[in-house]
Amino acid sequence: MIRVVLPFHLRNLAHVDGEVELDLAAPVTIAAVLAALEARHPVLRGTIREHGTLKRRPFVRYFACKEDLSLESPETPLPAEVVSGQEPFLIVGAMAGG
Amino acid sequence: MSTIRVLVGTKKGAFILTADGRRKDWQVSGPHFAGWEMYHLKGSAVDPNRIYASQSSGWFGQIIQRSDDGGRTWNTPGSSAEELKGPEGMPKGESNKFVYAGEAGTHKWYDGSQHPWEFKRVWHIEPSLTDPDTAYAGVEDAAIFKTTDGGKTWRELPGLRHTKGNLWQPGAGGMAVHTILLDPKNEQRIYVAISAGGAFRTDDGGKTWKPITRGLKSPYELPDPDAEVGHCVHRMALHPARPDVLFMQKHWDVLRTDNAGDQWNEVSGNLPTDFGFPIDVHAHEPETIYVVPITSDSLHYPPEGKLRVYRSKTGGNEWEPLGKGLPQKDCYVNVLRDAMAVDSLDECGIYFGTTGGQVYCSADSGDSWNPIVRDLPAVYSVEVQTLR
Repeated sequence: MIRVVLPFHLRNLAHVDGEVELDLAAPVTIAAVLAALEARHPVLRGTIREHGTLKRRPFVRYFACKEDLSLESPETPLPAEVVSGQEPFLIVGAMAGG
Repeated sequence: MSTIRVLVGTKKGAFILTADGRRKDWQVSGPHFAGWEMYHLKGSAVDPNRIYASQSSGWFGQIIQRSDDGGRTWNTPGSSAEELKGPEGMPKGESNKFVYAGEAGTHKWYDGSQHPWEFKRVWHIEPSLTDPDTAYAGVEDAAIFKTTDGGKTWRELPGLRHTKGNLWQPGAGGMAVHTILLDPKNEQRIYVAISAGGAFRTDDGGKTWKPITRGLKSPYELPDPDAEVGHCVHRMALHPARPDVLFMQKHWDVLRTDNAGDQWNEVSGNLPTDFGFPIDVHAHEPETIYVVPITSDSLHYPPEGKLRVYRSKTGGNEWEPLGKGLPQKDCYVNVLRDAMAVDSLDECGIYFGTTGGQVYCSADSGDSWNPIVRDLPAVYSVEVQTLR
């Protein structure tokens, strides 16, 4: 079971409380997690990655196990701790302050 | 008694203001979509409970929201869990999918080079006058999209960008279709305005378009002041009884046309400055129009720190200031292009919102004003529904 943590605004948009739990067959990649997430919550399509190109939106980041996975290939397998549900996969709105 | 519903889009959410026909005691609902930029909300003329809203974020992009109960509840069309059970099967979640038709092409960039068209957000949604499931969306980078299924899917009307789109150029605020006017007497005729592309008209429902800029002069913005495209039109308005008569607030200059845009004439007259953003028409007097003069393109606030609407009862040229009830000192707000609207009660109400978060109402055609709210986030848009 994969645990996905959404940022505040996307939790509200998808009417989600807490984490989203997804069951995925191996191999569990960034792209597979996002596809399963969007299938569960179609309203999130286009908000994390662009329609069509499926490119990550510039101000969205992916974190897991204290690592920034944003620049990894979408086909990169996620760490074993994420696949086992021990650690969550975090989708984060990039910092923008001032 | 009638009810007035004011739909307010702000930098940090949407608000719905309601009052009875006296327009004195207001109820404030919101923020809806708190924290998101709400560029525009507008209700259907056919079904006033059907409201479309443009919700966007620098992080998470564009969302289209729709209410079918007058703004009490909202959904993203075609994405709800209930639709999993519907005959169409799995929802596609495409209500926020705005993809340019065919090869996206390029437009003029700040440095004069050509730059690819890139969708950023929906600035304006214009519901059809006859079908609640049909609406048009004006977007940045400038293009017009149409839905015929209540916002579940959108397709571009690409003929607009084929009208010398390669010569359009963004201004400091971006390059967007911000005005969409539907001709109530001719479904095939639509007007749009673009900053900074100009003004355009279609007479075949959006297949082909032509620039309607003859008479516009932009000596400080364009190398050729009489260019066919590229003018920074800030807003256009029409009265439904006379859809061939349009009024325009350009970057500089207020203008009118009496022949559907084939020829424009300046009507700035005695305005203290003819720079500004919104323009609107009285609900019952087609020659009574309203603007909010702003000091200049460099100083986006009212002259002398006095917030004044200017009204012309002669279709332009002769203007009178309307400041009763508005701040007349130390006021340095702006009024954005989509932030003025009118109701259609017998005594026409005029409404506008400011970048300082105030929404003002005049229940007497502009003679006097009262704030409905004072401390909202910066107001992007104001639309009014008169519910009978």
